[in-house]
This record gives sequence, C-alpha cells and structure tokens, in this order.
Amino acid sequence: MRDRLKWLALLGGVMLVAVLPVGCGGGGGGGDTMTFGSASDPVVLDGALVSDGESLRVIDQIMETLVGLEAGSTKIVPELAESWTASADGLTWTFQLKDGVTFHDGEPFNAEAVCFNFDRWYNFSGPLQNSSVSYYWQTVFRGYANNEDDTLAPSLYQSCEAQDELTAVITITEPSSAFLGALALTNFGIASPAALTEFEADAGTVDEEAGVFQPTGTYGTENPTGTGPFKFESWERGDRLTLSRNDDYWGEPASLETLIFRPIADNAARLQALQTGEIQGYDLVEPQDIATIEGDANLQILDRPAFNVGYVTINQAMPPMNNPLVRQAVAHGLDRQAVVDNFYGGRGVVAHQFMPPLVEGYADDVTQFEFDPDRARALLQEAGLTLPVEIEFWFPTDVSRPYMPDPRRNFEAFAASLNQSGFRVTARSAPWSPDYLGRQQNGTAGHLNLIGWTGDFGDPDNFVGTFFQSQQPAWGTNEFPNREVIDILNRAERETDIAARTALYEDANRLIADWIPGVPYVHTSPALAFEANVTGYVPSPVSLEEFQTVEFSDEEESEETEETETE
Amino acid sequence: MLRFVVRRLLLLVPILLGLSILVFLWVRALPGDPASALLGERATEQTIEQVREQYGLDRPIHVQYLSYLRLVVIDRDLGTSITSRRPVTEEISRRFPATVELALAALVFAIVLGIPLGFFAAKRHGGVFDNASLVGSLLGISIPIFFLALILKWIFAVELGLFPTIGRQSAEISIDHPTNFYVLDAILALDPVALGDAVWHLVLPAIALGSIPLAIIARITRAAVLDVQNEDYVRTARAKGLASGIVDRRHVFRNAMLPVVTIIGLQTGLLLSGAILTEKVFAIPGMGSWLADAIEARDYPVLQGGILFVAVVFVLVNLVVDVMYGFVDPRVRVS
Repeated sequence: MRDRLKWLALLGGVMLVAVLPVGCGGGGGGGDTMTFGSASDPVVLDGALVSDGESLRVIDQIMETLVGLEAGSTKIVPELAESWTASADGLTWTFQLKDGVTFHDGEPFNAEAVCFNFDRWYNFSGPLQNSSVSYYWQTVFRGYANNEDDTLAPSLYQSCEAQDELTAVITITEPSSAFLGALALTNFGIASPAALTEFEADAGTVDEEAGVFQPTGTYGTENPTGTGPFKFESWERGDRLTLSRNDDYWGEPASLETLIFRPIADNAARLQALQTGEIQGYDLVEPQDIATIEGDANLQILDRPAFNVGYVTINQAMPPMNNPLVRQAVAHGLDRQAVVDNFYGGRGVVAHQFMPPLVEGYADDVTQFEFDPDRARALLQEAGLTLPVEIEFWFPTDVSRPYMPDPRRNFEAFAASLNQSGFRVTARSAPWSPDYLGRQQNGTAGHLNLIGWTGDFGDPDNFVGTFFQSQQPAWGTNEFPNREVIDILNRAERETDIAARTALYEDANRLIADWIPGVPYVHTSPALAFEANVTGYVPSPVSLEEFQTVEFSDEEESEETEETETE
Repeated sequence: MLRFVVRRLLLLVPILLGLSILVFLWVRALPGDPASALLGERATEQTIEQVREQYGLDRPIHVQYLSYLRLVVIDRDLGTSITSRRPVTEEISRRFPATVELALAALVFAIVLGIPLGFFAAKRHGGVFDNASLVGSLLGISIPIFFLALILKWIFAVELGLFPTIGRQSAEISIDHPTNFYVLDAILALDPVALGDAVWHLVLPAIALGSIPLAIIARITRAAVLDVQNEDYVRTARAKGLASGIVDRRHVFRNAMLPVVTIIGLQTGLLLSGAILTEKVFAIPGMGSWLADAIEARDYPVLQGGILFVAVVFVLVNLVVDVMYGFVDPRVRVS
C-alpha cells in the first residue's frame, strides 16, 4: 500500500512539473511580434546564392532591389531606383537611385554599392557558377565574366558604372526586355558592400567528396545587410529566425517590431500551431485544410493569385500527333472543366493558354476548345484514322505539385474523357524524379503526359519563352518546330517598348493556342492562412510578400492580448 | 570486464565498415539523385549533368566510396549537407542533443509509468486492473505514433491550450545553448522559467514517443513479475514470514528487473526510429526529422553521416546495457 502511494506521489510530481509552466509563456505573437510558420529553414540569407522559397522569403524582408513589384501584382514599380531609362538600342540602362538610403550597417546606399553587387555576381567563380548555387543569375544573365563550364552561355551582363553618386549605368550585351523585370527578383537585392567584404560573403570551401559549396564567411548566416524594412537579428537553425524593425528605414517603417520565422515541416503541425496561436500565419496551406480554417472565426485564408499552369503535353514527334486535326481532337477530348471542378477544391480556374491571366501578354481572345467528344471523334475521322485511336498517356507518381495535387486523379478523369472521344488510352506512369521528369523532357513520355510550371518571375518570357522559344524534345518540336512562334518570341525578347512587347506576346499566345503543342488546363491559387486579426499582408503571385505593411487589427487586439499575455 | 568492453569497441570497426558500404550503396539505390531532387521541373539534362559533376556523382561508385572513406577516416569529416550547405558534423552536434533529450524524456515517461503499471498488473493478476492495463498496452503498441501525436496535440494544445505544439522553447525565451540540451542549458543558466518552458515543450512529444516503449515495458514487467512470484525463493521468503512489501521489493522486483533492463536497452533503436515521426509532427529540429528530410532531398552526405552516427550510438548504448547487467544482477558475469 505504501509502495503504491509512493508511486502515485511520484506520478503526481511528474504531472505537476509538466503542467506548472503553463501560462508562463505565450504564443509568441500579438501586438508587435509576429511569428510565421515556414516549411523549412532558409539555406543562407544571401539572395545571390539561393533559389529556394524559404530563403527568399526572409531575404525579401531584409533586402531591396532596384525595381520592385506593386504589391499583389507583377507590375514593375520603383524601389531603390527612383526612375530609369533605356538607350535606343536597349543595351544601356540608366538608373536614378533614391537619395538618403542607408544600409543596416550605416553605410550609404549609392551607385557604387549597386555596381559592387552586380560585379560581384558577374565575377562568381568555381562552385558559385553552379546552377544549384546561382540559378537565377544564370536564368537571367546566362553566364559570368569567365565561364568555367562549356555549357554556360556568354553573359548578358557587360558592365556597371557609377556615373555619379546616385546614377548607375548598367550595360548589357544584347537587348533584353526581360532584364528590367528580372531585377525585381529578390536574388538581385542590393547588399552593403562593406558587409559583403567584411563577412566574406563569397568565401567558402568545396567539400572534396560531395562537391558541396559550404560558405565559411558569416555574411549569409549571421550578417545579411540590406536596406529593407527589417534587420537581421538572430538565427537558431531549425528553431527560429528573428528579424527586427529597421527604425531608420527610408520609407514607411514596419508596424511589427519583431518578425520571427519558425520552420515547421509538417503541414498538420503548421495548422495546429496556428490554431494554438504559436504562429500567426503560414504558407503552403493544404487544400484539405482550407475548409477547417475558413470555418474557424479566429482564422482567415488569403489567396495568392494564380501564377502557374498545369498542362497536357502533346508529343508531335509521335504520330498521329503531328496531325493538327488530331491535336484538336485531343483538345476537344479533355474534360478540363470537370478536372478543375473536382480535384482543385475550388482553387483552380480552367486554363486556355500557357501563362496565367495576370502576366502581361495574356491574350483574351485565343481559340478555345470546349469539351466535345462528338467533335473530337469527327476530327479523328476527318484525319483519316480508324477509331479508336491508340495513344499512350503518362502521369507521374509520388508527387504533388501546386498545379497538380494528385496527378493520378487528373489522369484518370482525362483518360475517361479521351476514351469517350475516339481514343483508347494506355496508362503509363513513373516516379516523378528522375524517371518521369527525364522522360517528359526528352520526349519519351508517350503521346500525352501531365506536367506544369510555376513561374519564377512575372514575365511572359518566363512562361512561353521557357516553353517555346527553343526546340524541345518534350513537344517533339525537334521535328515540328513552329518557326513563326519562335520568331515572334525572339522579337518580343528584344523589344524594349512595353506595349509593343505585350502585343507580340499576345500574338504568340494566339498562335500557340491554334498550333496546340499541348493543352493547358488549370491555373491554381495557393492559399495562405493567418489569424483573423492580421491585416496588411498582400499575397503576391510571385510570392514576394512584404511584412512591412502587416499589423494586428485593433478590434481583436484585446482578445489576442488576453490569450497571449498571461504572464 | 575491461577486456570485454575493449573487444566490443574493436568490433565496432568491422561493423562500421560494413555498414558504411551498405549505407553508401543504399542511398545511391534510391530512385533519383540530389541533382534532380534539387532542380525539379527546372532540371534540364544539361543542369543535371552539371550538378552531378559538381557533386562527383559521375565518378564510378567505388571511387566515390573510397573518396568518402578517406574523408571520414583521414580527415575525420562527414562531409557537407547538400541542402543546408553546413558541415554534417555541425548539424549532428546541434541536432543529436535534441533527439537524445526527447528520447530520454520518452524513456523516463515509459519507465516511470510502465514498471509500476506492469508490477501492479501482475500483483492483481487476472483482475480488472490487469485486464485494463493489457488492453491499454495493446492500444499503446498499435496506435501509430504520428496519429497519437496529432490527437494529443489536438486535445491538449488546440482544445485545452495546455501545451505548445511545436519546437523546443517558446519565442520569448532566449538563453544561450552551450550544450544544445535545452533542459540542461536552462539549468546551467539558472533560469527556472526557461527550464519550465523546455520541460513543458517536451511533455507531449515524450508521451507520443514513449507510448510504445511504455506498453512494452509494462507487459514485460508484468510477465517477469508473474514468473518471479512463483519462484521457490519467493515462496520461502514469504513462508519465513517476511512482510509482503519487503518480499516484493527485495526479491520479486529486483529479480524481475533483468529482462526489463534488456528491453529498455532495445528500445533505444525504437526511440530513434520513432523520433523521425515525432520530431516531424512537433517540429523539433532533431536527428529524426533531419534524416527524413534528407531522404526526400537525396542529401547523400547527410544520410551517410547521419546513419553511421546513429549506428555508433546504437552499438554503444547496447554495450552500456550489457555492462549494466552486471550491476543489476551480480550473478551475470560479463566475459
């Protein structure tokens, strides 16, 4: 009996220890502090060396770029540059910089600092030239001062000159209309030259065995220094990354005093942490959680405008797909509306072209192919084929993408509607990486396959340029290139007049819709979740979201205080 | 004794060598590689080739292995993580304490609750308590950890608001972490609030992770106590009039503990594998969630280094358990 009592006492003690501290901590939010749940830790806080969204999310609060994007859109607006002009040949760009801006370390922001950054990127060498490190520089500027790899193209960047304190002149080697928009990428944020040097941003060792570039300086891990509304405070890897308000900010200072990012890899865990108030917002909300969040009066869902496209590739190198009538039959045979209605939880819209509507160059009047099995069968017969027409249709397994949460379901619905339309579909699948992607890209994934794309930045070139400006085996365009489309895209890329350029991309979209290299079927809107009293967060199609304007609204402040300030 | 320990430690060499080959081949047998995992839709044949070349994945596999072996043995380095670009050893020094802390908390929970549960169940053999604990332990073994974790979080954190659901400490706490054992760090910092906070964060994960060991320990204890209770020496002790509490404590309990200690040792492996799910669900930056993410990213250096490290720990823990036999039961001679 005494034994049992002793055990019970011990148990009671354990429980007490467990429960005691309740109330002496808070949710870490409310008032001046916001905690945001991210999916993972950043890699390093140096935009030039990363391409992952979690790194860029944090860097975007610390760094600013020459040009920015209007909140919630892809429209280019002044940021660190007040204005700019391009020379008639489109090669020389003159940027007038904002006056009175200082870096977080007190150093002045000026034309010299701008050129220092551009020259730094241009002169990357060794492992810094790898596309896993400087992916965006390569995407936009292609090559470096000294390309160390044969596969790298000559650089688009030529030089940068500080004409005077506040005038930076950047020269490029050929006209590029995408150049200006690309400067809005967080990757090209202007960092303090003093900090880059002092904290050895480019120093690093290359792991002999695995070849991984490991930064040895502390710039990207402890001392990222920009001009943005938040300053770097501290980073406990795996646990939290803390930013504090930049009180000397040149613009409207942030309302939040402290901004904390906590990595929570598990989706369900992120939702629960939001429900308990440990975080006040998170990204990458799972479609199945949206109803729960919308049903909770304390929480809200924000939509990010669609910036992706899911499409069915048609491989023209595989007969009879070289016949335009057959491709039209495919377009009429895919029940896109049903797929979008049934598998996207109300967050998708049917796509008719290869770029989302908010990108410049989207044409409102492209040919649309409604689901029409009779028409599809008629077209196949017109093409002289015996029904049913046998085709192979590939889909990936083990993957979920924003534009294709469950590829198998999309496939099954499409296969059913195609079978109604005079085709006989053979299902083929492979694991997403590397088998499926490899086959998709080298044109060995059947007559049809499922794939898609999420834009890197708000430029038509990043969509139709990526897909159609060169011949790609995925479409079978090695055999059937559409010279007209390629020609228009080449002209558009060189056109620096925005209106003329937009018109060219609209033309390209009309031509592509008639050519039917594939069938776009969906644009989706990813969701973010916040506490209901969070205001001022403007979702951006390209995920460039500033916390500068975020605040906790007043009417629910009292409730919030009650919950979190029980100390 | 010393010879026993030394011999066991020497055995580590062939074990690790064999294991390193297995792990090396296994990570490369996973479909995909770091290059394609890193680049996704953006991967072109050219970029994949470039990245593979950078990571040395284009070399013959035996050359890759020998170069890895040289790195580990001669440079005493485990390489650099492809995803975080930090040295694997640095990551381990930060993450391993988190996992150990969690595993210890789970073990404490399992032992403190499991042994008395098993003991009383045996004492009331066939009774309601016994049957209830049997059903309970069956449940404990069969509920998947992540499911239990989500349920625990839902009830105690979301609905009741008693516990936090993520991480190792609250946002307001800021103390130094010289050891990375947050409980120990709080004690070293003489900060009772930080200590309470660290323990508070451990409760739900420890219960989730400790549920299976708890059930197993309770069942083994029960079986062992039932066995020992019927031994001649127990009957003799009772016959000579010893108080039943003393018989239970000195004769039954001590003798029944031997199999329990073995089981506790074996639970280490289980705790480490269970930590993968628990850490993920509770967003604890430990070894488990790290290795799980590394599988997804095909982060070869992390998988190789991390798994080898865990294997060494596993072998050492088992050695400690073997040595402990001698203390629990002097009749066992290690030789």
